[in-house]
Amino acid sequence: MAKEKIETVLDERGVARAVTRISHEILEKNGGAETLVLIGILSRGADIAKRIAKAIKQIENIDVPVGLMDINLYRDDVHSKLDQPVIQRTEILFDVVDRNVILVDDVLFTGRTIRAALDQIIDFGRPRSIQLAVLIDRGHRELPIRPDYVGKNIPTSKDDRVLVRLKEKDDKEVVVVVKSGMKRPMPKEAAAKKTKKGGDKR
Amino acid sequence: MKLYSRHLLGLEGVTEEEITLILDTTETFREIIERPIKKVPTLRGITVLNLFYEPSTRTRISFELAEKRLSADSISFTPATSSVKKGETLKDTVRNIEAMKIDMVVVRHSSSGVPYFLTQCVNSNIINAGDGTHEHPTQALLDMFTIRRKYKKLKGLRVVMVGDIKHSRVVRSNIWGLKTMGASVALCGPSTLLPFEVERFGVDVYSDLDKAIDGADVVNIMRIQLERQQAGMFPSQREYTNLFGITKERLSLLNKNYTIMHPGPMNRGVEITNEVADSDSSVILEQVTNGQAVRMAVLYLLSGKKEEEE
Amino acid sequence: MKVSGFNMVIKGGLVIDPAIGFGNEADLFIKDGKITKIVKSGEISQRDIAAIPTESIIPAEGKLIAPGFIDMHVHLREPGREDEETIMTGCQAAAAGGYTSVCCMPNTNPAIDNQETVKFVLSRAEHSDARVFVIGAITKALKGEELSEIGDLVKAGAVAISDDGNFVQNPEIMRRALEYARMFDIPIISHAEDKFLCDGGVMNESFESTRLGLKGRPAVGEEIAVLRDIKLCDFTGGRLHIAHVSTVGAVKAIRQAKSEGVNVTAEACPHHFSLTDDEIGKEFNTNLRVNPPIRTQKDVEAIIEGLIDGTIDCISSDHAPHAEEEKDVEFDQAPPGMIGLETTLGLVKMNLIDKGYLSWADAITKMSFNPARILKLPGGTLEIGSPADITIIDAERKWTVRKDNFHSKSKNSPFIGWKLSGRVDCTILGGRIVYKSK
Repeated sequence: MAKEKIETVLDERGVARAVTRISHEILEKNGGAETLVLIGILSRGADIAKRIAKAIKQIENIDVPVGLMDINLYRDDVHSKLDQPVIQRTEILFDVVDRNVILVDDVLFTGRTIRAALDQIIDFGRPRSIQLAVLIDRGHRELPIRPDYVGKNIPTSKDDRVLVRLKEKDDKEVVVVVKSGMKRPMPKEAAAKKTKKGGDKR
Repeated sequence: MKLYSRHLLGLEGVTEEEITLILDTTETFREIIERPIKKVPTLRGITVLNLFYEPSTRTRISFELAEKRLSADSISFTPATSSVKKGETLKDTVRNIEAMKIDMVVVRHSSSGVPYFLTQCVNSNIINAGDGTHEHPTQALLDMFTIRRKYKKLKGLRVVMVGDIKHSRVVRSNIWGLKTMGASVALCGPSTLLPFEVERFGVDVYSDLDKAIDGADVVNIMRIQLERQQAGMFPSQREYTNLFGITKERLSLLNKNYTIMHPGPMNRGVEITNEVADSDSSVILEQVTNGQAVRMAVLYLLSGKKEEEE
Repeated sequence: MKVSGFNMVIKGGLVIDPAIGFGNEADLFIKDGKITKIVKSGEISQRDIAAIPTESIIPAEGKLIAPGFIDMHVHLREPGREDEETIMTGCQAAAAGGYTSVCCMPNTNPAIDNQETVKFVLSRAEHSDARVFVIGAITKALKGEELSEIGDLVKAGAVAISDDGNFVQNPEIMRRALEYARMFDIPIISHAEDKFLCDGGVMNESFESTRLGLKGRPAVGEEIAVLRDIKLCDFTGGRLHIAHVSTVGAVKAIRQAKSEGVNVTAEACPHHFSLTDDEIGKEFNTNLRVNPPIRTQKDVEAIIEGLIDGTIDCISSDHAPHAEEEKDVEFDQAPPGMIGLETTLGLVKMNLIDKGYLSWADAITKMSFNPARILKLPGGTLEIGSPADITIIDAERKWTVRKDNFHSKSKNSPFIGWKLSGRVDCTILGGRIVYKSK
């Protein structure tokens, strides 16, 4: 249904290449992995963070700690909804003080999620730096936030939706853009997915 | 998953899914209160009124801390007495305070049904912090959370509540919650402190402590108030302790890995011995810590629920 | 047949009068405030009918004509709480409910425990829309300690004595009251609830009170009190009337006593056969708080059985007005009582007549004839020569109880919003129309 509106921007191999490249860039910029910790934003940012940790292990043979973070408690729109989002457990079982924190998310859009994540990380302690790694940057920032590492930049219109599907949670591995098509009704499949927890950043 | 009501008035009628959501959410907040900065900005801009018509230390502080840790603005109001004939009525008090733009009200009152009454007076979300001898839902939730944390389940566990059943709102809320979650519930106390037809809750009722705790996993001990003795509910504190006091010797009847709970404040040497209260099986202080997390979860989950549009 | 000279004719209604056994469509003729003639419909020629001025004819085709209702148990709140009800407004509510006579309880402020207060009440009632009969206090200020001047009360017009609202806890005082009242041949109306068992209770003691954590008033508290008073009545040879019977055991005790020839009568209230205690937990509606409390389905069934077999002689409203602000509080802080004058007929029709428990004749016996007999009041019948106190009933009319439509000054009814069947069409007091439904 309406297949011409769904455009694949990364396939499985594309995702893998992006993760590998980001991992290399992180190591290069930080001069190795010793000072690094990774914090992935739940849920797909967390999956990507784990993949980056795995890639770093292969390259440097160092285990970089990975934390998981739910940012819902730090959102700025909590009370504008009728029901609170279901929150998942934040697990940061290491000290962030004086570390170079790599914050990982799947799609960077308005920047509000990252703002919430930055606030939360700082509540855990004072890192030496916080750097941002994203698989997709689709533009349309509403806050002065920019990524340090990007898998792929995708030009989108504001009403488009970018869907990331990863094998950890989904049955396939792909990144697609669903074009809004100017006031056309949303394709059924995409509409159903939109209500699914996580995975889509509007 | 969501809560069906915008208030928490009691656990009667609250579904298994809702209780599970609250307990799962509590896990998150339990982690937050272990952080160096035990605070999240979630309820910024939300104002919570703690309206305590009855003296309470533990519950009030627990709610106040929960609110502060969620970055809500909170104020506590403890009127000296609730008098109908003289002075302002409860309805007027609450409406006046709400006129100062309150979003949520946490209420403790000696009359059953007051939280419901408040839902009819004001638009705020109402959280029951104990009404008369009716319900005390957050206490039961924290009890269940504490049990679930230890056993990783509630279904199939045997929970015995011992003491003044008749005057306990904690017991009533625990009965509703535990039964909904599939636990088996037994009550034990002097027959004068077992209310009329209490077995109709679907619980086992005993006045023989040894029989009651035989094979139980959890013993939740209720405070016995000395006024009850004066009212003729039992002849003396000494006899109460002999018949219903929880001692180490009696605990051999329980299942291995048993748990001792008490909602506090304890009368050591009356309903519970020092030895039991401070034993490894006692989770009494853990209950207090968990109470804060449960209240954060409840505040968080209800804060998003505004009055439905007509 | 000459028919001129009458002040009023009620034409074509179905006359129901238990006293004269009349069950026909008839025309009722009224002159000088009395019933002067009853003629079967059609027995008067059209010419004679034509001779009566149109404005004097009250058409009642399809309606029921009953002797005006008599409520043995109301609280008119005057003197003392005129903000809740006055004798005038209470009587307007009575008229709207089909009552032509009401008996007011003495728990006013000051209490009706002396001649002056009786006279005051009667003087205030002189031009009201219902006849008011006074029930004096058994004991001074209803404290249960010292007998009031019962002889004086009777002389001033009291038709019975009661400490309603309070049980005369001391059996010695109750014994003396029964003995003493024997001299005046008046009944003692007992509010039978043992204080030690019931004080502080705000609802029936049942699983519902257990569930809600509200303090209960056990049925046994009422039953012990009823049994004690029956024993004292039997022992003293006095006359006893048990007010607002509400439990299985109380009905049983009265039935037993009657079978043994004890001089006891009893009444039941609509809320005790229309409501059960599981209503309270729904909204903690303080209008459901009443003493004795609304009880269980078993009790409701026992009350209905008692009404059917005659154990319970009367249906009274126990009309108890309370100010809205006093009811708009915590459940256990609200004063007990509910208004009832304007809803009793609809509840009797819906819950007793429509369900086949009572006939109209039975219901009218309990709402008019028996109260008149027990208290020796005028009325209660349509016999020739009786006062023209008449209630015309629109038996099948459906209506909804609305707060704004009450004539009573207070609105504390748990029946607001209920859809009832059976309504007063017109109330006539001594030949004067005091209420006409719109």
